[in-house]
Amino acid sequence: MILGKIVGTVVCTQRADNVEGARFMLVEKCDQHGTTTGEFHVALDQVGAGPGEVIFMSNGSPNRQTERTFDKPIDASILGIVDMIDESGKVVYSKEQG
Amino acid sequence: MLLGRVVGTVVSTHKSAKIEGLKFLLLDMIQPATMEGQGKYVVAMDGVGAGTGEIVFYTSGSCGRYTEATLGRPADATIIAIVDTIEIGGKPTYVKNPVIEDAK
Repeated sequence: MILGKIVGTVVCTQRADNVEGARFMLVEKCDQHGTTTGEFHVALDQVGAGPGEVIFMSNGSPNRQTERTFDKPIDASILGIVDMIDESGKVVYSKEQG
Repeated sequence: MLLGRVVGTVVSTHKSAKIEGLKFLLLDMIQPATMEGQGKYVVAMDGVGAGTGEIVFYTSGSCGRYTEATLGRPADATIIAIVDTIEIGGKPTYVKNPVIEDAK
C-alpha cells in the first residue's frame, strides 16, 4: 500500500464506476514523515478521511475485494487513516503533531 | 485512478476484434495543482463519452475491464469519470463550467 496525504477532492457527475455514493479524494503521495512528493492519485474514500490526514491506500486489482468495490473499475481506495508511524523505534509521524 | 486531459483521439482500423467498437482517447497526464500537462501520454478506452479538452480520470490494470463498455475486453486503461471540479486545500484548481458573474 502507498502512504498519502488528503490534499483535496475531485467531484464528477458523469461516471461509469457504478459505486454508490462514491467520494473521490485527491491524494498526494507522502513518505513516512508525512512529507508530500508531488505525485497525485484520485482514490475512493472508504473510511471517511478528511483534508490534511495521512492515509494509506491500496492500488490495482486488490481494490475490488471490498463490498463497495467488488467488480467495480476502482484501482485506488483509501483503506485507513494513519494515527502514528514509528521507524526503528522512533515516532516519525503522529496525527496530533501533524 | 489518475488524472488526465483529453488532448486527442487515436483511430485504429486494423486492430484486435476484441476491442472493436471502442473509442480510444489520447490523454496527457496532468498535475492537478497547476493543471499543466506533464507530457506523459496514455491511450485510454472511453467508458463515459469524454470529449477533447475535458479533464478525466482513468482506472488501470485489470480494473479497466469492469465498465459496461470494456467488460471482458483487454482494457488496461479505461476512463471512468469526467471531472467537474478539483479542489486543493479548499480552493478550486479546476472548474469544468465556471459560472460567469453578470457584469454589473
